[in-house]
Amino acid sequence: MSVLILLIGVSLTVALVFLLAFLWASVSGQYEDDYTPSVRMLFDDTPPSNQKETPSSTSSKK
Amino acid sequence: MSTTTVSTADRPPIEPSHQLETFRYDNTIVRLFLIATTVWGIIGMLVGLIAALQLVYPALSFELPFLTFGRIRPLHTNAVIFAFVGNGIFAGVYYSLQRLCKTRMFSDTLSRINFWGWQLIILSAVLTLPLGITTSKEYAELEWPIDIAITVLWVVFGWNMFGTILKRRERHLYVAIWFYIATFVTVAVLHIVNSFELPIALFKSYSWYAGVQDALVQWWYGHNAVAFFLTTPYLGLMYYFVPKAANRPVYSYRLSIIHFWALIFIYIWAGPHHLLYNTLPNWAQSLGVVFSIMLIAPSWGGMLNGLLTLRGAWDRVREDAVLKFMVVAITCYGMATFEGPMLSLKNVNGIAHFTDWIVAHVHVGGLGWNGFLTFGMLYYLIPRLYQTKLHSRKLANTHFWLGTMGIIFYALPMYWAGFTQSLMWKEFTQEGLLAYPNFLETVEQIRPMYMLRAGGGALYIIGALIMAYNLIKTAYSGTFQREETAQAMPLTKKYQSPKNEHWHRKLFEHRPVLLLVASLVVILIGGLVELIPTFLVKSNVPTISSVQPYTPLELQGRDLYIREGCNNCHSQMIRPFRSETERYGEYAKAGEFVYDHPFLWGSKRTGPDLLRVGGKYPDSWHYHHMYDPESMSPGSIMPPYPWLLEDDLDASNTADKINAMRTLGVPYEPGYEDQALADLNKQSAEIVARLKESGVEVSSEKEIIALIAYLQRLGTDIQVKD
Repeated sequence: MSVLILLIGVSLTVALVFLLAFLWASVSGQYEDDYTPSVRMLFDDTPPSNQKETPSSTSSKK
Repeated sequence: MSTTTVSTADRPPIEPSHQLETFRYDNTIVRLFLIATTVWGIIGMLVGLIAALQLVYPALSFELPFLTFGRIRPLHTNAVIFAFVGNGIFAGVYYSLQRLCKTRMFSDTLSRINFWGWQLIILSAVLTLPLGITTSKEYAELEWPIDIAITVLWVVFGWNMFGTILKRRERHLYVAIWFYIATFVTVAVLHIVNSFELPIALFKSYSWYAGVQDALVQWWYGHNAVAFFLTTPYLGLMYYFVPKAANRPVYSYRLSIIHFWALIFIYIWAGPHHLLYNTLPNWAQSLGVVFSIMLIAPSWGGMLNGLLTLRGAWDRVREDAVLKFMVVAITCYGMATFEGPMLSLKNVNGIAHFTDWIVAHVHVGGLGWNGFLTFGMLYYLIPRLYQTKLHSRKLANTHFWLGTMGIIFYALPMYWAGFTQSLMWKEFTQEGLLAYPNFLETVEQIRPMYMLRAGGGALYIIGALIMAYNLIKTAYSGTFQREETAQAMPLTKKYQSPKNEHWHRKLFEHRPVLLLVASLVVILIGGLVELIPTFLVKSNVPTISSVQPYTPLELQGRDLYIREGCNNCHSQMIRPFRSETERYGEYAKAGEFVYDHPFLWGSKRTGPDLLRVGGKYPDSWHYHHMYDPESMSPGSIMPPYPWLLEDDLDASNTADKINAMRTLGVPYEPGYEDQALADLNKQSAEIVARLKESGVEVSSEKEIIALIAYLQRLGTDIQVKD
């Protein structure tokens, strides 16, 4: 049964590493630019000429 | 605007050579998948309704083999999962991936192969499952040639997806794309591992694994099929279509990153909660429970993120049918993902497992989360693709209310039926005897609930039909835009990392291949830790010397049991509860199943457990019971199987089957395959003789003889104390 203890031990270590990495990332401000992508996806990139009734105007893009 | 400054700071200064590029999105492929999801959705739901009605009126099988519940039920599950939801995934991915990556799909040819190949696979399922061509493993019933076709098609999909990602014009990979990638990788691994089988003919194979190990692999697959086919791709769709429909950014992008990683890391471990109190090693059961409870956090992270995206837009939810469907979908996701971990607590599972509670649970997820999100997506996309407005908002609202009422009228009766039946199974009299020793009493009690459930399902389907009408009218009122023009800047050749970029983006977001490998590693660690000890640690499956391989006739009978899908209604797993050992006999031992390729534990007791049915009734009882169940069990809802008494058993493949089993490790002696047919004939002659004593005249070639041989063998290897 030693293989069992080994495997569970290894996996828990991996889980812990993941957790610590995420905690470190959050605390040390690594997620500073985690806003732009959520807004960027709202724009449709349709050329201005055949613009549809998309509410968010593409003019604010560039 | 702060967003503008951030996004430009993100990129190196634009060089003069970088011109704005114009390209076109492929909408035709999206439309094809949208039509497919609608058509297959309605067909799959109708098949489900037939199955639901058969549980109230068993005569609805019309004594036709291909209409019996055991064959119809896998058709229903496969149709709604892989045809309805599957096409829904492809539709959403093909639409959103192009726009998120600011590029056309990698290859139009691969897109077309993906579409038509997937429809062919569905068609082959529609043809084979009613014919009884099945592996018996839930949601993986399709036989080996179709399994291979699925693998090839999945690779085509992945190829097309990664090709698109690689030629994208947007450096950052939006969160939805990660969910698609995780879906692709995990489903591929799950499908391949669970489909290891040894073919013995074009449409017959045996699972590579046996008994407990087969069960563990199957539910590792089964649970993660729910996770990575019904959940992660739909979370990806949620992260695209909910912000789009509400026209506001997702509540917390950071939360989406965290809950994505947490979700894929934890989900893969939770499979054993499908096997609580089964003969799975206890440590594996506990591991499954712990990770199932942990799943609440990432699941609710996604649910809250979806709902809170609508903050400040709730007035629009009242008006907009698209948002309405999405809100109910996300709410159902939240309910189902809270209920799931609760159901995986051993004491709750002891009550719920094998009952209709589980059926209610999966339909809150299926009808609510998958169904309603698909409907929301359809109402969002069809008017846009056809450049028009939805034909009728009133009809969409009618659909919404019919669907919502349908879910309620489906789920509540099933919860009621689950509680009722479980309580009746476990009820003892003051003298310590089972209060309801006859299983049929517990079935009779919940039959009205089955009727109500069919009503709820019918409401849901009527809603879907109204939607189909509404969408067709919408399509006719507009013109379809095959190609949609878009413009974006090309990616600069060299990527220059800004100084303060955080590790997550640096590592993963710019390198899809690395992300692919990383998620593969993450999911494999979880799966392997659960699987390897079971294979390696011998004490996990104690061998029992009295357990012998099946005789050739029993083996043939077992394959008939699989063909007729008996495992859809009958378990072969007696849990170590007094209420079960009193009713069915000695509880199941892992060592009893070592020759079971595949395992046939079942997951639902619409009828009683059959693990120790061997020797319980005379041969003639089974003969009459299979011909007309009501003659032996008045009030039974089991359909009749008259063809078993009329059709001859095809015993020509007996030697092949023995050889295959030996390859898989069943200890038939060398050369036994030559003797197998003679043994088979000898045993069937004995059964025919016994039947004759009871006044039943039947030829020894009939299929019923093999099935009786198998049923009478079940559970008899272990001596049960009186």
